[in-house]
Amino acid sequence: MTDLQKQIENIKRISGANPEKCMRCGKCTAACPNYSEMEYHPHQFVYFIENGQLDRLLKSDSAFRCMTCFACVERCPRDVKPAKLIEAVRLTLIRRKDSNYLKPDEIPQKIDEDLPQQAIVSAFRKYTK
Amino acid sequence: MQKIGVFICWCGSNIAATVDVKKVAEAALREPGVVFSADYQYMCSESGQRLMKDTIKEKGLTGVVVCSCSPRMHEATFRKAAESCGLNPYMVEIANIREHCSWIHKDIEEATEKAVILMRAAVAKVNLNQSLTAGKSDVVKRALVIGGGIAGIQTALDIAEAGYEVDIVEKKPTIGGKMAELDKTFPTLDCSACILTPKMVDAAAHEKIKIYAYSEVEKVSGFVGNFTATIRKKARYVNENLCTGCGLCTEKCPSRKAPNEFNEGLNTRSAIYIPFAQAVPKLAVIDPAACIHFKTGKCGLCEKTCDAKAIDYNQKDELIERRYGAIVVATGFNVIKLDNFEEYGYAANPDVITSLELERLMNAAGPTGGTLLRPSDKTHPKKIVFVQCVGSRGQRPCDKPYCSKICCMYTAKHSMLIREKYPDTEVYVFYIDVRTPGKNFEEFYRRAVEQYGVHYIKGQVGKVAENEGKLRVYGSDLLLNEQVVIDADLVVLAAAIEPDESAKKIATMLTTSIDTNNFLTEAHPKLRPVESATAGIFLSGVCQGPKDIPETVAQASAAAVKVVGLLAKDQITCNPCVARSDELLCNGCSACEKVCPYGAISYMDKEVNDHGKREVRRLAYVNEAVCQGCGACTVACPSGAMDLKGFTNKQIMAEVDAICR
Repeated sequence: MTDLQKQIENIKRISGANPEKCMRCGKCTAACPNYSEMEYHPHQFVYFIENGQLDRLLKSDSAFRCMTCFACVERCPRDVKPAKLIEAVRLTLIRRKDSNYLKPDEIPQKIDEDLPQQAIVSAFRKYTK
Repeated sequence: MQKIGVFICWCGSNIAATVDVKKVAEAALREPGVVFSADYQYMCSESGQRLMKDTIKEKGLTGVVVCSCSPRMHEATFRKAAESCGLNPYMVEIANIREHCSWIHKDIEEATEKAVILMRAAVAKVNLNQSLTAGKSDVVKRALVIGGGIAGIQTALDIAEAGYEVDIVEKKPTIGGKMAELDKTFPTLDCSACILTPKMVDAAAHEKIKIYAYSEVEKVSGFVGNFTATIRKKARYVNENLCTGCGLCTEKCPSRKAPNEFNEGLNTRSAIYIPFAQAVPKLAVIDPAACIHFKTGKCGLCEKTCDAKAIDYNQKDELIERRYGAIVVATGFNVIKLDNFEEYGYAANPDVITSLELERLMNAAGPTGGTLLRPSDKTHPKKIVFVQCVGSRGQRPCDKPYCSKICCMYTAKHSMLIREKYPDTEVYVFYIDVRTPGKNFEEFYRRAVEQYGVHYIKGQVGKVAENEGKLRVYGSDLLLNEQVVIDADLVVLAAAIEPDESAKKIATMLTTSIDTNNFLTEAHPKLRPVESATAGIFLSGVCQGPKDIPETVAQASAAAVKVVGLLAKDQITCNPCVARSDELLCNGCSACEKVCPYGAISYMDKEVNDHGKREVRRLAYVNEAVCQGCGACTVACPSGAMDLKGFTNKQIMAEVDAICR
């Protein structure tokens, strides 16, 4: 098994989702409220993972643009769970060595006074190992 | 002692590739009673059968075991072959070493061992087999068709044309079914009512057809050739012999708020009503839930208006018992409920409608007189979005896993008709796949795109939300890889279809099987598509699986031919493998009578000679014509008196012993 295959199997495992169940209806992307912010859309996450083009997803920041609202999971008629696949891609990125998206030292400059503290903690959890 | 011949079939490589047939043949010779064994490439072939027949004659075989495919395939073939050379057909047994062995195993050694065991069990059984003779039973020359839609009507007409009596039982006040609601039919665009109503009239006028409208089948007993059905004729509160169908009462009726079923609830009807102008039978019916007289005891306007004196508030349901030789199920379908599909906003927005509702909105006899108007404000919609596969092909609990088959074509029809009649209307169709397998279907769909300029968008709709009087549709265009937003005036959902809710009840009543989606199961998906697994029960129309009108009519006629083939016989051969009670063992406890699902067991007092002691005892008696050989009584019998011929307790135990040896 190549590294890529291993990574894809890992994504399927963490997400508990099966991209092969997709029938290409695009309902996930139709339902996505953050469509305009994402380079790759929910249906592309499903399709790329199914077809071994994970590297394209890993190079893009689309995984971090997903708001994890689960509209796609809710709407998907085939129970593919696109948001869970996106979450798994995000975890794959975060778990790479030395590529934390957020370091504790950077936080003070980034803090917005209006930002709730809970959001900071959750972002810290989400974007670091 | 029996003289048994064992024949092992290769079935080409189906069996021979996984089972060492030579070894099985050798092992057979070591079994008690076996005097001959051979393996052959195709036992079912002409030469294979000849080998069997020649051996029976030469060796004087008294029993035969064929190790081959499932008995469902070729048991009849081999029994017929045996019979042709004088051996009782019930002396032939099949050991299924294909479906039960070679097809499901990979390891040759294991599979061969199992094949030997299966062969051994069959030989052990044949050693105890006895010649059986099948009885005959009379055929009642009348058929029952449950459901009066196009499927039921066509089946009934064809049976009647062949000269046999048919009864149609329809639960609605009129026959016609869903086809009566449709505006036009694909792919020819002819008017649905114009082609259906002549058939409805034909059915009503045919001397061999009797229509029980507003009636339901309540109970069915009996067996192939001799069913007895109890039909509940629901009270119409209108005397059907007096009512002329003039409709005066429906005009005078002051209660006008009941949803009109025929118009899919898009408008209302009076409490006393005639479903539609061409209804058959054209009789008024009172809906007691809406009628003021039934609710308050007052009113009575319809009774005063009716010159024919047909109104009868005291009418009661009537139970009718009729005998039939064959039963056809044609219970049809319904559009699924869309309450759980919140994303499309069907329940929240009156301008989100189903395709069946659109049929009524475009029909000249519909609530708008055939002018396409939005239900909310009665204006002409200028932008219409069609959504395909709503509830079909999905895996959520509210979805159906199958393709509803008719939606692609009727949506092409709708979009074409709208563009034809209102060229200033923009029409968008969101599709996942366009499926058009049918004669002239693809050409029809291409016409919608090329000639009528309907915009087909590959993608599904994710959300429909009300926005300033319009419906904002969020969809995806997968070919452009974009999310598209359309502000539409009307959204039409191609909702999935499902079997009518009565199908499940009727299947249980007829002891025939249904699948996980409540469609009735055919006896064989390819070779016996209109027969159910229960003898004498046939399937017609969507109750068996989604299909369009041409297919339904074809299947309806096919079912009719099967019925006619059955009714044409004066007598049918019964299954001789029926239960039998041993008089000396029976203690008359009634346990068997209680478990018999067919009512085949009764009791009688009879004098028996029990080892020289003469006495009158109460004994179980099996009606062989009614018994279906299910074997429930043999299990229930506490004294071991009940036995199933051809499957006696001794034979079963011998098989088990042979397997465990």
